[in-house]
Amino acid sequence: MSEANMTEQVAGDAPDRDAMTGTIRVLVAKLGLDGHDRGAKVVARILRDAGMEVVYTGLYKSPDEVVAAAVQEDVDVIGVSLLSGSHVPLFRELGRCLREQKADHIFVVAGGVIPEQDYAALWDSGVDAIVPQEARAELIVTTVRNLIAARGRV
Amino acid sequence: MTVFTPSRPVRRAAYRPSIELVPEILAGNVAAIARMITRAEAGYPEAVPALAEIYRHSGKAHVVGITGVPGAGKSTLVSSLIRAFGSEGRKVGVVAVDPSSPFSGGAILGDRVRMSEAASSSQAFVRSMATRGQLGGLARSTLQAVDVLDAAGYSPIIIETVGVGQDEVEVVTAAHSIVVLSAPGLGDDIQAIKAGILEIADIHAVSKSDKPEAAATVSALRGMMTLGSERAQSKWSPPVLPVSAVSGERIGELKDAISRHWAHLRESGELADRQRGICRTRILGAAKHLFQGKFDARAGEIGEHIQAVVNRDMDPAGAARLLLGWTDEGQAT
Repeated sequence: MSEANMTEQVAGDAPDRDAMTGTIRVLVAKLGLDGHDRGAKVVARILRDAGMEVVYTGLYKSPDEVVAAAVQEDVDVIGVSLLSGSHVPLFRELGRCLREQKADHIFVVAGGVIPEQDYAALWDSGVDAIVPQEARAELIVTTVRNLIAARGRV
Repeated sequence: MTVFTPSRPVRRAAYRPSIELVPEILAGNVAAIARMITRAEAGYPEAVPALAEIYRHSGKAHVVGITGVPGAGKSTLVSSLIRAFGSEGRKVGVVAVDPSSPFSGGAILGDRVRMSEAASSSQAFVRSMATRGQLGGLARSTLQAVDVLDAAGYSPIIIETVGVGQDEVEVVTAAHSIVVLSAPGLGDDIQAIKAGILEIADIHAVSKSDKPEAAATVSALRGMMTLGSERAQSKWSPPVLPVSAVSGERIGELKDAISRHWAHLRESGELADRQRGICRTRILGAAKHLFQGKFDARAGEIGEHIQAVVNRDMDPAGAARLLLGWTDEGQAT
């Protein structure tokens, strides 16, 4: 999808279409006791190079801290990288906090080491996309853009 | 290789008109504050009347600028200050600016990494902002974000500039009190007498005072202060405070110095001068932005002027005067 197309779709709900070319903002977060943030930093860099503004939270964040940050930063997407194996309870809690803080217009994209048998559980927790660890840069970028294009600006 | 993203009913959160957000912002609603800042940054025409309304409700907060070289410890210091002011029961607003890529327009906004606990407390609102091509250490809409936080009752509001070099001093016409943070171990005492960033400080802070090199930096800055300053007519003499976020050393003193400077500005009448300076800069900045927009929107007309300048039928300044409608030669320089 070209940049122009995306802008067109994103502008859908807005009163003044031409001006609604807002920059995509993404919060890249590390949840829980997972000290491996190389992947998260690489993803942050990929999204930056695609023209997005990426807020990086740093390590060892709790779901409610991440949601509080996402609301203040008014991001479109929360990207969470998890390699610790504790993704099922952490994403469940993240989804709960998003609903609790009335912030479930924000998309959640999961990445890292997520076994396929857990996809359904994450889906039920409100995860909108799971990007496999072998994903190439373009796939990550288009995943984020497609989600926002489908929603429109808020 | 595929992305697992089965179809979910599309969540189309309705676009709420900006003017509807204003009462919620005045009541302190965090989501409404955040959304309005996004719209100010994007420059939506729809948000203009709402921002004007918000401006009318602002003007109460103490705006503090924190600037310094990259890696000096600005974000860490801001985090400590959120806690220090928070312990007095104050709601602290922060606008932290980081650079945008000149190539992709994207940005990594990493200031939150250093302020996690403090930034997540309900006593603080921290917003990361990319410069989006603006030079000088701030973003174009930094002060609109400050207006929104001000109207919502946050005070102090801390503007953390991008990591600056020697000459990015835009913050001086944006904030009431300027804290210049110097890191130990960078440069000698000649750096301290150079023109530029060190001159704008109302308060000097030296970070990482737990390191032995900090004492030399403190004494170089104190040495510089004895030579007097441009702001010599003021009764305020900028203190030099070593601080350490690691040990928490003298963060309280820095907080008190910031509060003292605010009291000084109000009692001495200097606040009025600073406010006029800030407003002057904002009007000029808005005018430049409006003109830029007009320039970009009228490509055809501008094209004719460009050709005239290429052909040497007109000079660049003459074309600019014509575009501004300043036909009188004497009005523009």
